Amino acid sequence: MRQSLLALLAKEPAHGYELKQALETIFGDAYPSPNIGQIYVTLGRLEKDGYVRSVDVEQANRPNKKVYYITATGREALETWVEEPTEGPRVRDEFFMKLVLAPMTGLSDRMALVNRQRRHYLALMRDLRELAERTDPANRVALLLIEGAMLHLQADLDWLERCQEDLP
Amino acid sequence: MTADAPVVRAVNLVKIYQTGGLPVPAVRGVDLTVEAGEFVAVMGPSGSGKSTLVHMLGGLDTRTSGEIWLDGRRADTLSESGWAVLRREKIGFVFQFFNLVANMTVADNVELPALLGGVSPRQARERREYLLGELGLADRAEASPAQLSGGEQQRVALARALANQPRLLLADEPTGNLDSRNTRDVLRLLGKVHGQGQTIVLVTHDARVASMADRVVSLLDGQIVDDGAIPKSRRRPLGAAGDVVELRS
Ligand SMILES: Nc1ncnc2c1ncn2[C@@H]1O[C@H](COP(=O)(O)OP(=O)(O)OP(=O)(O)O)[C@@H](O)[C@H]1O
Ligand SMILES: [Mg+2]
Repeated sequence: MRQSLLALLAKEPAHGYELKQALETIFGDAYPSPNIGQIYVTLGRLEKDGYVRSVDVEQANRPNKKVYYITATGREALETWVEEPTEGPRVRDEFFMKLVLAPMTGLSDRMALVNRQRRHYLALMRDLRELAERTDPANRVALLLIEGAMLHLQADLDWLERCQEDLP
Repeated sequence: MTADAPVVRAVNLVKIYQTGGLPVPAVRGVDLTVEAGEFVAVMGPSGSGKSTLVHMLGGLDTRTSGEIWLDGRRADTLSESGWAVLRREKIGFVFQFFNLVANMTVADNVELPALLGGVSPRQARERREYLLGELGLADRAEASPAQLSGGEQQRVALARALANQPRLLLADEPTGNLDSRNTRDVLRLLGKVHGQGQTIVLVTHDARVASMADRVVSLLDGQIVDDGAIPKSRRRPLGAAGDVVELRS
């Protein structure tokens, strides 16, 4: 979330609640809706690191609100983040660990593990499909995120099939 | 037809191909029951026997041994013409490599099974218009199959299979050639007809398609290694499914 807040602040100064709303508008249902507490904690850390500063703005009849803006250091950090290549997706290492290790312990056989995992992935796929159906067709960003998640899931399923074929 | 007999019942079904040299066991003792209204996805690696299985269920390939019951009637003992009648009355089939009638228009391809099934020309036309519309092909009705892309032909094949509102839809990779937009049309139509009670047995590698099913059957080396319902996921319910997509924090 650090980088997304920095990116939003690079566009214009904002207070915490505005940032929350902006994230929700951009990513829709596909983004884990950030709670306002998390946002303030992250802003606090960014401030401590010197990436953002805040000013108190007085409001009529209401408590002051803190408006955050990005610093030169913050901008540099954001640029580095944008320009560096992003890590590829991790493989499902936890499941693979189970698959390799569980039969040795006599706890479960591989066939059963793979079968259970396949059904679980299909259940997740159903969730993603339903999420896509509920998402506003105009929200390209959210829909592309969901499609990306679906493609990853498809790859996980194909890999599961390979495991079932090749591991005795 | 027996009122509550399963739509499909296969008992110890075996298929061994013998082409010249060594016998190839493609399906090795499959037991499968599909109740009316169920949607079953068949998955498994290439060569695991998926097409062979659904071809046998549709009478397009003869079984080596075992029994096939459709709608409570023994079917594996039928003659070729007996199967042809059964298919015409009860089964819609989508092939992995769609076969449309080349010298007929798309519209006629889709209407033919309904006409053969005895519905009036008007009903056949209305059903055809509905199905092609749902699949985004309304404006291709007068084309001939050769003028269509692979993905378009595949959707026409699905429309044809559903024309007769068959007791059983057998589909072998019905989205194999489709991009994601066309796949979405097919998924929507499958969801609709399934909601109306259509029984479906569908072979697929596509997890989006499989996730429409009530139940998944996994084949490996010609045998069923898993057969069961796709569970409800343990995630938080709708509306809060946001964390399905993990963005790095
Ligand atoms: N007509 C045939 N003659 C001989 N062997 C065949 C014939 N059709 C299929 N086979 C063999 O039977 C086995 C199962 O084939 P089948 O087409 O059912 O697999 P599949 O699961 O549908 O694969 P795919 O995912 O590639 O479509 C394979 O080993 C295949 O080579
Ligand atoms: Mg096949």
